Amino acid sequence: MSEQMPNLVDVDDLWVKFPTRTGMFDAVRGVSFSLGKERLGIVGESGSGKSMTGRALLRLIRKPGIVEAKQMKLMGEDLLSKTEQEMRDVRGQRISMVMQDPKFSLNPVMTIGDQIMEAYSLHAKATKRDAKDKAMEMLKAVTIRDPDRVFRAYPHEMSGGMGQRVMIAMMLAPDPEILIADEPTSALDVSVQGQVLSIMDRLVEERGMGLIFISHDLNLVSSFCDRVLIMYAGRVVETCRADKLHEAQHPYTRGLLNSLPRLDQPRDRLEVLKRDDAWRDAASVVETS
Amino acid sequence: MSGVEIENLNVWFGDGEDRVDAVIDASLRVESGASFGLVGESGSGKSTILRAITGLVPTWSGKMVVAGEELGDSRSATFFNKVQMVFQDPYASLHPRHSVDQVLSETLHLHGYDDIDKRVPKLLEDVGLGTSFRFRYPHQLSGGQRQRVAIARALAPKPEILLLDEPTSALDVSVQAEILNLLVDLREERKLTYVMVSHDLAVVGHMCEQIAVMQHGKVVEIMSVEEMRAMRPQNEYTKHLLTSSLGYSRPESVR
Repeated sequence: MSEQMPNLVDVDDLWVKFPTRTGMFDAVRGVSFSLGKERLGIVGESGSGKSMTGRALLRLIRKPGIVEAKQMKLMGEDLLSKTEQEMRDVRGQRISMVMQDPKFSLNPVMTIGDQIMEAYSLHAKATKRDAKDKAMEMLKAVTIRDPDRVFRAYPHEMSGGMGQRVMIAMMLAPDPEILIADEPTSALDVSVQGQVLSIMDRLVEERGMGLIFISHDLNLVSSFCDRVLIMYAGRVVETCRADKLHEAQHPYTRGLLNSLPRLDQPRDRLEVLKRDDAWRDAASVVETS
Repeated sequence: MSGVEIENLNVWFGDGEDRVDAVIDASLRVESGASFGLVGESGSGKSTILRAITGLVPTWSGKMVVAGEELGDSRSATFFNKVQMVFQDPYASLHPRHSVDQVLSETLHLHGYDDIDKRVPKLLEDVGLGTSFRFRYPHQLSGGQRQRVAIARALAPKPEILLLDEPTSALDVSVQAEILNLLVDLREERKLTYVMVSHDLAVVGHMCEQIAVMQHGKVVEIMSVEEMRAMRPQNEYTKHLLTSSLGYSRPESVR
């Protein structure tokens, strides 16, 4: 990350809270990070607040949930003070999100082509002809071999990997500055996973997009991303360079890494993570890079 | 004695034009007391083999000898005393309105035990859950605890063979480690035979001595865990699976 370039995203002290009968539940507690034109990974177990962080950025937390932050900026613009109307120009157009399972995020009664065209013309006010060209171009960009057929197909005619590629095509049609990918490959087979990742990889490289990659898979994040935030119980316990993830220091990160079975290092027993309440209570780590 | 012996197993669904061949000419042999892994992508037929063994698919041909019994169209009551299955999703495989006690008692009753009240706490202890969990409902349990209940249920009739269908893929890695350790311990204590299906090669590598790789319904390679760890598979597809399981490798063009 070069110093003079403005960050795409700056988040300072982000909290996501939900009131419950037993008091306030803090899903995200004081998370701070910034994103440049890079691949930022957020890893953690279920319930660690990684998806909530991604959703909060798009202000997708519904009431009664509360989002608070000292600062949440998109290229210098404050996201928190935007009205709901103004947020619509951000969502999809400037920050896009790819969710985990294409089965639930595509409209089952609309053809793929119509869905991509809709996503595009909603933001670009293009003619039908332009929208169609763009949709075909996007389908080709995500390496779909037979875009004509896929354009006319319905979601149930797609396999999981195809569906996820279509999702990415749809999300990228308005040319966003930032893509949030929430477990984009968890529902896919390993070999398809590689293809989907390389598409996102190329787009980051070619378009200078920022990517927030949310995942529970440590090996994947360490081989795919540039930088990683490790979350536990709503806070960031550690940040490090992705390729240095295996040298991480925090006992939680170490525990997670050691609990993974590995092909190259056979062991009789897997290490079981011993949770320490101190990890939960300490303040979020702020980057020191 | 062989625990599971399968010869030229074919499984299909539907007929005529709609016929799908889920398993094609699969043959494998699992010695009694061994641990055998089945890997492959979704739709490769690995779970279907387990379902064929338990009698959950009606349309199959070939020869299956499991726990000394040659299998026909139906399964005898004693078959289920010897062979049990643990399913993938502990959120779906436990009845939401049955307490742990009901789940285990019913299973014990079906297998003809009388001293159910004594056996339930024993079963819970065997899987590392205290007796305090006995009267809880599934929604009061975490994913890992649910999977332990599912394992306790499978252990109830004291089986010889456990069929494990992705037992940890719905769990977090730290919980996965606990369940895998439990399965290793149980196998050692009871001399169980495992047939384990997983898409995660590292998990299968940890648990199993022999691994069969499946693609499009066929067994393309059977190898030992040492061969797999040494990354010396014979088959191209296996190589591809192994390299993709190691994480993302950036193509030269984007580096």
